[in-house]
Amino acid sequence: MAISAAAPRRKIRESAGDRTFMIAIYAILTVVLIVVLYPLIYILSSSISSPTAVTSGQVWLWPVDISFKGFETIFRTPQIMTGYGNSLFYMTAGTIVSVILTIMLAYPLSRKSFFGRSAILMLVTFTMLFNGGLIPTYMVVKELGLIDSRLALLIPNAVWVWQVIIARSFFQSTIPGELIEASEIDGCSDWRFLASVVIPLSKPIIAVLVLMYAVGQWNAYFDALIYLKSDKLYPLQLVLRSIIIQNNSAGVMDPSIQVQRAQMAELLKYSLIVVATLPVLVIYPFVQRFFVQGMLVGSVKG
Amino acid sequence: MEKQTLKRIRRTREGYAAQAVKSLKNHWQLYLLILPPLLFFLIFKYYPMANAVLAFKDFNVIKGIWGSPWVGLKHFELFFENPIFWTLLKNTLLLSFYLLLAGFPIPILLALMLNEIRSGRFRRVVQLVTFAPYFISTVVMVSILMLFLAPRLGFANVALQHFGLEPINFLGEPGMFRSIYVWSEIWQTAGYSAVIYLAALAGIDPTLYEAAKVDGASRLQKIIHVDLPGILPTVTIILILNVGNVMTIGFEKIYLLQNSLNLPASEVIATYVYGMGLLNANYSFATAVGLFNSVINLILLVTVNTLAKRLSNTSIW
Repeated sequence: MAISAAAPRRKIRESAGDRTFMIAIYAILTVVLIVVLYPLIYILSSSISSPTAVTSGQVWLWPVDISFKGFETIFRTPQIMTGYGNSLFYMTAGTIVSVILTIMLAYPLSRKSFFGRSAILMLVTFTMLFNGGLIPTYMVVKELGLIDSRLALLIPNAVWVWQVIIARSFFQSTIPGELIEASEIDGCSDWRFLASVVIPLSKPIIAVLVLMYAVGQWNAYFDALIYLKSDKLYPLQLVLRSIIIQNNSAGVMDPSIQVQRAQMAELLKYSLIVVATLPVLVIYPFVQRFFVQGMLVGSVKG
Repeated sequence: MEKQTLKRIRRTREGYAAQAVKSLKNHWQLYLLILPPLLFFLIFKYYPMANAVLAFKDFNVIKGIWGSPWVGLKHFELFFENPIFWTLLKNTLLLSFYLLLAGFPIPILLALMLNEIRSGRFRRVVQLVTFAPYFISTVVMVSILMLFLAPRLGFANVALQHFGLEPINFLGEPGMFRSIYVWSEIWQTAGYSAVIYLAALAGIDPTLYEAAKVDGASRLQKIIHVDLPGILPTVTIILILNVGNVMTIGFEKIYLLQNSLNLPASEVIATYVYGMGLLNANYSFATAVGLFNSVINLILLVTVNTLAKRLSNTSIW
């Protein structure tokens, strides 16, 4: 009763000032929407336009002379396909390693009866505040013989402290203490409890961990830049850097289209951006809530 | 008196030991579980910290880090006496504070505006779209910038010429470097950063809004007197984290945006360390520069956190 009576009255009381205020907000947010969306649409449109249209500045919003030449070239360029394959491998293997290690660390730290957990937690979080630096870390990786090996992209940055904090606070808030006590009385071992109770109950947080590590691994280039030397191990991001940022299109083009080489090189850049980003952006609307969840779980002080 | 305290200390010590033994006995599986990730942290995070003594030595490949001769503060002195020191410090700080000043309030404003909108669909679309660029990799982000800002064919210059203006070599101008860096960063992360404030806004006690309504507050007044105080703790924590990261400003993007023309503005401590250490193999010197950076950063973080604790009772530890 009270609610239905209040609603129309508030509408009447909406002052002129408030209405202008709301109009301004809608206007600003619409501008924001356009500013964010426009470059993305522009790149997508360019990637499926003809090489001539792209280089002569004919593309403004929608594709001009739709063609898929850029994508065809990508799929015929071994360097790019190798990079794609490598990135898929690094993403899959890296995510598996990272998620397993993160749970192995976060779960014991969530157990109240685990002696030394605050000391270990301090040890772990301190690395967020201070680190040895680039060169000393590089030396360690070198000493372990990981330079120019695939392992260099999977191991040295396998565990992110932030993910550990998120996972730990999730375990703490969702696994009831009574359940742990009951399992202890029944003589259930810690491993078994983790495998058959904790993991099945923690699917949401595992999804968050998997997604964050997977996107991080797919987008990373720095470790590859410093630790890898041979081209055949390069992830897609490094191939992209070489072709787009350093402008090395040599070896990419096949000689039959040498005439339009320059135009093709330009178009190829747009297509490459789309190929490298689309997989992530397409699944993103369906998994956005997991990322939001991840951010919010982490922000609860644990 | 003294004896009693001693006794108590011994008792608690024994208590700790007994607790440890008991925990180890009952939960050896947990300790086994935590061993690999713990080794990871010791090897890849703490061992490098020990390796940082390199900064006080002259690295000798044959003798290794620990066998190399000590040289005290030589590398630090070399760095501080080098005129590039001031350039690096200036570039690092200017870029960081520019990013902080422009990049910190925008997500807050975005969240406050989104929070005013009750219509579900528009709000969801804006949120979905503004969040999306967060997933674009650094390499792709810089690629996009290079394509848009290219000297002749780039979108920005085509547009300038369209209006009869002279084309600009955006990425070659040292004066434009910081703006390009900062505003592309905001484009990419504002939507993502707004999420945390939106959550804080959603947690505000609804009775406060009702009270404000009864008092005849306008929407703007509600934002100022209810929303802002409500998200202040969150804002403080994020501010601490941001200030604490002032010296660690992203190497990855700066390095990719760098070229010989914009170098006067784009060479920062992190890129200098990379160039000196990994490209010129000047290990000890680069380690010293990196260590200087890390220490300043730690001091900054502790200072800001202490200040915030004293001023508003909010802190990150």
